[in-house]
Amino acid sequence: MKEQLQKDFDNSIKNLSLSQKDIEIKKFCLDNFIDKGFPNRKDEDWKFSDLNQIIKKNIGELSFYNDQASTNKVDTSVFVDGLEHNKIVFINGRIEKIDFEYEKKDQIEIIDQSETINEFKNSNSLSDLNNAFTNKCFKILVKKGYQLIKPLIIYHTTNSKIWSKNINLRLNFELDKDSSLRLIDLFNDTSQKNFLNIFYNFELNENAVLKNYKVDKFENKNIKYSFNNIDQDKNSISETFILSSGSNFSKNEINCNLNGVYASAFVNGVFSLNNEKHHEIRSIINHLTENTKSYQLIKSVLDENSKAVYQGKIFVNSEAQKTDGYQLSKALLLNKESEFNAKPELEIYADDVKCSHGSASGSLNEDSIFYLMSRGLSYQQSRELLINGFLLDVVEKITDSEIKNLIKNMIGIKE
Amino acid sequence: MDNRQKEINNLKDYKYGFSTDIENIQAPKGLNEDVIKFISNIKKEPVWMLEFRLKAFERFKVLKEPDWQKPKFPKIDYQNLYYYSAPKSMKDKPKSLDELDPKLLETYKKLGIPLQEQARLNGIAVDAVFDSVSVATTFKDELTKQGIIFCPISEAIQNHPELVKKYLGSVIPTSDHFFATLNSAVFTDGSFVYIPEGVRCPMELSTYFRINASNTGQFERTLIIADKGSYVSYLEGCTAPMRDENQLHAANVELIALDDAEIKYSTVQNWYPGDKDGKGGIYNFVTKRGLCKGKNSKISWTQVETGSAITWKYPSCILKGDNSVGEFYSIAITNNHQKADTGTKMIHLGKNTKSKIISKGISAGSSDMTYRGLVDISSKAKNSNNYTQCDSLLMGNKCGAHTVPYIKNKNSESNIAHEATTSKISEEQLHYCQQRGLNPEEAVGLIVNGFCKEVLQQLPMEFAVEAQKLVGISLEGSVG
Repeated sequence: MKEQLQKDFDNSIKNLSLSQKDIEIKKFCLDNFIDKGFPNRKDEDWKFSDLNQIIKKNIGELSFYNDQASTNKVDTSVFVDGLEHNKIVFINGRIEKIDFEYEKKDQIEIIDQSETINEFKNSNSLSDLNNAFTNKCFKILVKKGYQLIKPLIIYHTTNSKIWSKNINLRLNFELDKDSSLRLIDLFNDTSQKNFLNIFYNFELNENAVLKNYKVDKFENKNIKYSFNNIDQDKNSISETFILSSGSNFSKNEINCNLNGVYASAFVNGVFSLNNEKHHEIRSIINHLTENTKSYQLIKSVLDENSKAVYQGKIFVNSEAQKTDGYQLSKALLLNKESEFNAKPELEIYADDVKCSHGSASGSLNEDSIFYLMSRGLSYQQSRELLINGFLLDVVEKITDSEIKNLIKNMIGIKE
Repeated sequence: MDNRQKEINNLKDYKYGFSTDIENIQAPKGLNEDVIKFISNIKKEPVWMLEFRLKAFERFKVLKEPDWQKPKFPKIDYQNLYYYSAPKSMKDKPKSLDELDPKLLETYKKLGIPLQEQARLNGIAVDAVFDSVSVATTFKDELTKQGIIFCPISEAIQNHPELVKKYLGSVIPTSDHFFATLNSAVFTDGSFVYIPEGVRCPMELSTYFRINASNTGQFERTLIIADKGSYVSYLEGCTAPMRDENQLHAANVELIALDDAEIKYSTVQNWYPGDKDGKGGIYNFVTKRGLCKGKNSKISWTQVETGSAITWKYPSCILKGDNSVGEFYSIAITNNHQKADTGTKMIHLGKNTKSKIISKGISAGSSDMTYRGLVDISSKAKNSNNYTQCDSLLMGNKCGAHTVPYIKNKNSESNIAHEATTSKISEEQLHYCQQRGLNPEEAVGLIVNGFCKEVLQQLPMEFAVEAQKLVGISLEGSVG
């Protein structure tokens, strides 16, 4: 892998006009990655999902060079109907379109940061990989007091042109005072056997509101890793919803720093897995100051030898008095070979806090099925009704009604 | 074959010369094959036992000290320890209670331990008033009548080799983790219990009643076997602080429950926790593991951990037999600079297995407490159940309370439920108690005891009373 990395790195660098110093930094990150390799089971954070093995098994040899010269045709059929929205379109890792047609142009600034280095600090080697290979990087700044009229949908599309490729994406968002953004990440892959490595950084200033919905619904054979870092100032709110279903392997990581008082973070997730898929959500909520709040709800429905992992951590430092932290994960195992692993963690250094977590996993309740069947439903109908109700609970947590309906339709959940 | 070998040979000669005073011998400092041979020799162990130790030592050589735990500690120099140090001679021991630390006596008074016991706990030469030997033998007679074997493990190696050979290392193999392996190589003494088929042990067994029990070294090894349909309740530890100089305490405890057998193992641990500034104190790195080997068997761990500078242990149950049950009840209290990283592992292998975990952690002062646990339901463990509850109570904003559960469910017909909460004692509760005439310390004691009640109830009667008082004492000075 080492030669491949070196060669692809040199190719990528050639096309960028970077200063010597920036190249040095990128090179340093590359060396770090070469040194550490893909995360494996020996890393505590990857205990339940050995990425190194998964890539070896599903992809084999990866290549890292992405030709950014040739453009891809934007396929409009993938766009969401019935919801007016702004768009950013990624095709095979290349930004093809940025379109804020519904917004006031002077309120949103798109800053090209490709020529400067934005090192992403994260302890695992994938951030090094991302730092070394990202070649286009944009920062989207929502200016003071501006609330986007329509949601922004980021289309992550890949097509059959790529194979055994590693794609690295980077986006930065800054929400200035009193601004708000609704953001949907929609994954749409017709490719196979690629590894997507996506890093987002959000900076939320006072009173800013971020709603991020990550929807990975369509069946595909890719491997995905996505890391969201969210820094929150006073009174800001972040809401993250993850629908984890389509990819062969997917790991979503949320790292949320509640730096300002009365900041709150919500993380909700649904795993709906079948067909030997293996998905993971790992969330770290850092309560760093007084009066902050976090709420997490993760539900999984696991069928056909699938495996879901939830690692959630609530960290409360000694200044963060009056913290309110809650975390619940529930799993339904529908199939003998399916598996649910959880590591709900609390690390608390302040005494005046209210923190709790719960985790439960098991099969569908036979009594409930019996209850429904005795009222005339078939076994299959009863089962579906129960699963529907189980997942509806999380989807109902979505605070935006427009998007809630969109997601309900996508999953096929009835009310 | 250098000077050290000669030294050891000399020591051997010494031993034969003064066989009555054998216990004053100390093995040379350090850890190597010769020292292990020395220990084995002094214990007059058969060859297979020595081989067991050497095998463990071979393995130990390649192992590294683990470092994933929460409480960090300075590196231990394993070559700078004595691996066989017999009890101090009578000369060094305090001759009467007057010579003891008055603070220690005060604690005894609060615990309500009778004077004679106090003396015995401190290894003061036994006088005529308190004849522990005769007490012990009365019990021993009764146990022997039922066919129960209860003796030091070194005796069992001599007298019941077939049992020891069969079961020793069957739950904690010589190839286990660092500290367990170290123990396998150098353990000096401990208890051995065998309950024959169908026998219900008529009394709570305890190191308390066992002669030769006091001052067992820092590497204890306990092996308890409950044969088919038998029952035993075993109490470990001592309820008064032990001023022990030993820094490292790495014991191994193995429990084996055959068909329909039940073992109840209770610990009240109150080793020296170090002083107020966190100097000194015991590192309590104990490996405790129970194997529910037969069907319908049950193993229940109850622990009250109030002492030690660092407590690092996970009493575990391997639920191998169908319908077997594992339970874990724990109270861990840390104060001042104490640190604890404790919890349990429940490994479900058999069908219809059940486990229950109740853990209560209380941290005060500048202490740090972690509950770390594993619940693993394997794909073959159909229809298994686990319930886990871990609650933490924080007192002050310099301490920490953490929960790190690992939950693995590989069987769709099994259920796991886990709950954890962290909170503090509310002002209202304190106010209510103080209004009714309790001083703040008593009020905290009362509230904490209520918090721990679910676990305290699991302890045998006599233990429960003392443990309750201990809970209050451990938290002294943490209020206000």
